[in-house]
Amino acid sequence: MSMKELRLMKGNEAFAEAAIRAGADGYFGYPITPQSEVMEYLMAQKPHERTGMVVLQAESEIAAINMVYAGASCGKRVLTSSSSPGISLKQEGISYIAGAELPCVILNAVRGGPGLGTIQPSQSDYFQSTKGGGHGDYRLIVLAPSSVQEMSDFASLSFDLAFKYRNPVLILSDGAIGQMMEKVYLDDQRPRFTEEEIIKNTPWATTGKTANRERNIITSLNLDSHVQEEHNIHLQAKYREIEKNEVRYEALHCEDAEYVIVAYGSGARLSQKAVDIARAKGIKVGLLRPITLFPFPKAPLAELAGRVKGFMTVEMSAGQMIEDVKLAIECKVKVEHFGRMGGIIPSPQEIVDALESKLIGG
Amino acid sequence: MTEEILIAGFGGQGVLSMGKILAYSGVMGNKEVSWMPSYGPEMRGGTANVTVIISDDRISSPILSLVDTAIILNQQSLDKFENSVKPGGILIYDPNGITKRPTRRDINIYSIHAADEAAKMGLTKVFNMIVLGGFLKIKPVVQPEFIHKGLEKSLPVRHHNMIPENEKAIERGKEIITPEFLLN
Repeated sequence: MSMKELRLMKGNEAFAEAAIRAGADGYFGYPITPQSEVMEYLMAQKPHERTGMVVLQAESEIAAINMVYAGASCGKRVLTSSSSPGISLKQEGISYIAGAELPCVILNAVRGGPGLGTIQPSQSDYFQSTKGGGHGDYRLIVLAPSSVQEMSDFASLSFDLAFKYRNPVLILSDGAIGQMMEKVYLDDQRPRFTEEEIIKNTPWATTGKTANRERNIITSLNLDSHVQEEHNIHLQAKYREIEKNEVRYEALHCEDAEYVIVAYGSGARLSQKAVDIARAKGIKVGLLRPITLFPFPKAPLAELAGRVKGFMTVEMSAGQMIEDVKLAIECKVKVEHFGRMGGIIPSPQEIVDALESKLIGG
Repeated sequence: MTEEILIAGFGGQGVLSMGKILAYSGVMGNKEVSWMPSYGPEMRGGTANVTVIISDDRISSPILSLVDTAIILNQQSLDKFENSVKPGGILIYDPNGITKRPTRRDINIYSIHAADEAAKMGLTKVFNMIVLGGFLKIKPVVQPEFIHKGLEKSLPVRHHNMIPENEKAIERGKEIITPEFLLN
């Protein structure tokens, strides 16, 4: 086993600690349940004394995302976190950041909606996360952690992907993943980049003009539509590149499966137990867990569609990811949805019952 | 081995910290663990519960509708969770404040007068450790050496002088837990 530091931590705390260790330069946030532990943990850790990282409670979510916009413009590794209503407030800034092609990390601990809704776990922000959220043709890279370990691992992975593609990365979590404690092996501390390294690594950043180069301009405004369309074409090419390179998923018990549950995040944990219960009853069911929601694991689903009788998505929503599953498999076999809404968490047994009534018997 | 435990009671009874010490002890014993608390409005209403899973294997769902063992510390939790014990499983409760005792006859039921005992010992703060001791007597899912390490890990250093009293309370819990109804 690894020599990494082992701790028992909440998902929110593990993410915060991992952000420090990933060499983040700044966190800007505004408290909201169920993710307030992120900023609380960061404040308590005084990362400014550990690594020089800045942690700042902004006056609002909108201020926080625009501080992220500014920090990212300077080539800094910056992040923010919030929960659904707060993420809605950040959407204007996220669209600008996507348009200006800046790297940053955003954590959404989803709670039941619409509106202020509830504070319990939900997965009803899938459309918002994967289809745009803000205005304009853009995509976020969306990672869906399903364990405290992944809350830690995805902090550094998100920064790597964000800088590789100059694109915002969204981590889609919820109160269950954020509030629970599990074992976590923490990454070693990565040093923050020095000013010299930032100038070298991110030549596009506004690091101060020198005599030997043109000015760097960070903007999402292109008043000439031809220039804007060129930019759109460039963005779309980048998203196709991301789809080609960055699909991540986990397949459990899919080898001999007749039916496959598709679920992510906390829904995948519940479904994993449901698969165990169903397998004990002799039902040949597997679990396909998308780890990246954009890019979506279309190819493995299409491959499964050639040999299984049907799919069921388990989502704590009215059924949003089901649309991507249907597109991925071109509706070749039956696709059903089971979910609870409003912050209600389905039990693994309910999932098995739905599998039997909706998919197998239906 | 997989043991699924629900602990439920009033906020302030040490429900979450008992779960945390148990989970930490599992970590020290090289087990997989999960600790899933109630949070938000439930906690603000005065009741708290936590599901702890300790296993030799990767843990699937940290949230469960049925558990192997329920440790119940007030009437509201007994009303809510008596039916959450798997048939053949275990229910441990402190009769202090209980007006309607558990009625199921398809599970094993134990009582532990932990609140009274903590008062007798003059250590009301270790009430939850008496309960933990009772549980460990019935289900020795973690070895005592790992409980010691779990206490060291989960208690702030400034409270480490309390570890001997916590361990004494665990031992006392093992002595006073009493079967109330046992399946054959």
